[in-house]
Amino acid sequence: MIAETGLAALWLATALAALQFVLMVVALRTEVAVGRAMRSIAVVQGALTLLSFAMLLLVFARSDMSVALVFENSHSAKPFIYKVAGAWGNHEGSMLLWVTVLSVAGACLGLLSRRTSERTVVAALGSQAALALGFYAFLLIASNPFARLDPAPAEGRGLNPLLQDPGLAFHPPTLYLGYVGLSVAFSLAVGALLTGQVDSRLARAMRPWVLGAWIFLTLGSTGGSYWAYYELGWGGWWFWDPVENASLMPWLAATALLHSISVLAARGALKAWTMMLAVIAFSMSMVGTFLVRSGVLTSVHAFAIDPERGTFLLALLAIYVGAAFTLFALRGATLKEGAPFELISRETGLVINNLLLSVVLGIVFLGTLYPLFVEAVSGEKLSVGAPYFNSVAGPLALVLTGLVGIGPLLAWRREQRPVLKRLTVPALLGATALVMTIILAPGIGILPRLGLTLAAYLAAASILPLIGRNPLRAPLATWGMVVAHFGLAIALAGMAANAAFTSERLAVVKPGETLSVGPWLVQLQGVTPAAGKNWTAIEGELRATRGEGPVTLKPQTRYFSDPPTETNEAAIDTFWNGQLYTVIGKPDPWGGWQVRLWWKPFVTLIWVGGALVALGGALAFLGHVWLRRRRERQWRRELYA
Amino acid sequence: MSRAVRFAPLVLLVLLLAGLVWRLATPEDTTIHSKLEGRPVPAFALPAALPTKPGLGSADLTGQPRLVNIFASWCVPCITEVRVLQQLKNRGVVVDGIAVRDRREDVANFLAQNGDPYERIGSDSQSRVQIALGSSGVPESFIVDGNGVIRDQHIGPIEATDVPMILSKLEQAR
Repeated sequence: MIAETGLAALWLATALAALQFVLMVVALRTEVAVGRAMRSIAVVQGALTLLSFAMLLLVFARSDMSVALVFENSHSAKPFIYKVAGAWGNHEGSMLLWVTVLSVAGACLGLLSRRTSERTVVAALGSQAALALGFYAFLLIASNPFARLDPAPAEGRGLNPLLQDPGLAFHPPTLYLGYVGLSVAFSLAVGALLTGQVDSRLARAMRPWVLGAWIFLTLGSTGGSYWAYYELGWGGWWFWDPVENASLMPWLAATALLHSISVLAARGALKAWTMMLAVIAFSMSMVGTFLVRSGVLTSVHAFAIDPERGTFLLALLAIYVGAAFTLFALRGATLKEGAPFELISRETGLVINNLLLSVVLGIVFLGTLYPLFVEAVSGEKLSVGAPYFNSVAGPLALVLTGLVGIGPLLAWRREQRPVLKRLTVPALLGATALVMTIILAPGIGILPRLGLTLAAYLAAASILPLIGRNPLRAPLATWGMVVAHFGLAIALAGMAANAAFTSERLAVVKPGETLSVGPWLVQLQGVTPAAGKNWTAIEGELRATRGEGPVTLKPQTRYFSDPPTETNEAAIDTFWNGQLYTVIGKPDPWGGWQVRLWWKPFVTLIWVGGALVALGGALAFLGHVWLRRRRERQWRRELYA
Repeated sequence: MSRAVRFAPLVLLVLLLAGLVWRLATPEDTTIHSKLEGRPVPAFALPAALPTKPGLGSADLTGQPRLVNIFASWCVPCITEVRVLQQLKNRGVVVDGIAVRDRREDVANFLAQNGDPYERIGSDSQSRVQIALGSSGVPESFIVDGNGVIRDQHIGPIEATDVPMILSKLEQAR
């Protein structure tokens, strides 16, 4: 009954989405006021998909094996948290989560947007309904999560052990909030293009949505990076895997959008460009969803390779992105550009930021899809990996970081003060870092060296907007920007330090033997069996010393029974200046064990920086929402005075 | 904004969709084909890995089709593979070995424990020949025809289920 309730809720939501879309068409052709009706429908539709998703959680929590999806992805012996999280650790469930976020975002749009023009909101709600309609159809026709099995099997097949990790509980939901949250920006842009009301009011209404989605995208990618780092046992934090790129591309587009929106909000300029970015950001989310779900690119994440589903998603992609781009091509000409600005101004700074981010986005996009196009044209197979991305996108990203220090110091419209003079201290710090790396570490690569230099410079430059004024009276949004830019410097320092100073050892050792890695001496004490609820393991005990007291690490190779799979559980010990990362592998016939060790100085800064960037976003979000509240109250007071 | 600029995103989208449709219509062939298939074996001459057996050079690869197996005593999958090679030998296949980065006593030990299907074994102590053959790991095997031309590259251990396939490929190489 539970599964049927979920399915019925999904069908009802589909019907409401269709109604919502029809009402939008009626409203745009006539002058009938349907705003209130559409808002209510959007809210009910959101509630229905939420109900449907809750039903899916319930069948997973109860291990109801008569539901095909539960049978295929769950097992009664699994820990409870993975039973629940397993609901989205598969194709159908994760698509239902995707759709749930989409329609709940639509409901929030209906509830919260009061200040944009009513016609634009109506058009945006219609666009949101159209998006939802396609993905509901995808679920109901090609990926029904509630399909039953008769007779019900006694036991399930189990969840992929790589996913039996707390990471599964937070990574997909966070990333989806980001991916799909961008749909609201898409719909608002489509709505504004339909009604022709692209102005600073729209930008201010769109900004919290973009910020919110961007915060979750940042958290999702940062968290996902750490999850892959400790779970896969490869010791890397980013692999330029097509699916990682699929999450990086919307993030780059959303970052660019975030910056161009502030130009539109403050100065009414960059109208067409901002609308284009809003469309592209969510289009990148859909491209990402397509790449992951269709299995057209080989990737660690592609767990559903199915041409029928791929075709369906591709058709949706073609319809939505095609319609939005066509609308842009037809209506773009009517957009009048806003206030002019001089060459040296904050506007110019933000335009350069957007150009660089777009080029990096283009590079990642090209690198991800290039193998496919080469094979289509010439039949030759190739793969594009880290050397391409690092050497092409890396230098541009460094240029961008250099400019991040300057942009926020520039005034709107026209800058006449000598801005570069304010950068003396940061520039000196950067130069000191450069000289120190040359003296202390002459052998490191050029990119890591420049990375460390720019990180030192940017860490200082990013706080300049708070200098020379009372920091406590600076707007919260300014604090947000400072924290985010500072976080970028921290993350860059972590990436560069990891690239420059990581030491790695791979060896076969017998118990009692010692290996050295970086400043550490690591001794294999012994190897013992271990067991958990649904796995058995061999566990190595390693004793690591470097001057101070020893630490013990216990990496495992785990053997899961349902389904039978083997995973490496790395043992990681974190210190203030880095992480010791250890993996135990296979035995050899003569009593030795494969042991893999890494000493990764300051690697944690990558994720600390990522978290700071997200925190900066959160501060800016609060700042804008709070400012809006205050302005609204003031406006009412004046109105009734 | 000119018309061309406004329509550019749409044109790019159509190109992207065309590429993706093509990929969906022709699913990827994930079999790796060696670049050296159909080419003569690169010239090499390896010293004997054991005192009791001759070494292996490209000049030896003539007469009848042979299976050249790249292995090592330190390679765990090679232990199971060497038994399958023994089956192949029992069915009349000539198996030659290239021992990669190995010591004489280790190879002797390995063969004494697990059986010895090899006619000749060359010792490739620096992996030079392995790299020249385009092999990236152990074990790997090459089917070389009577004229010294590489006909097939098998990556990973040859398992019992692969025996009929290997036999038919050797037959084709005749």
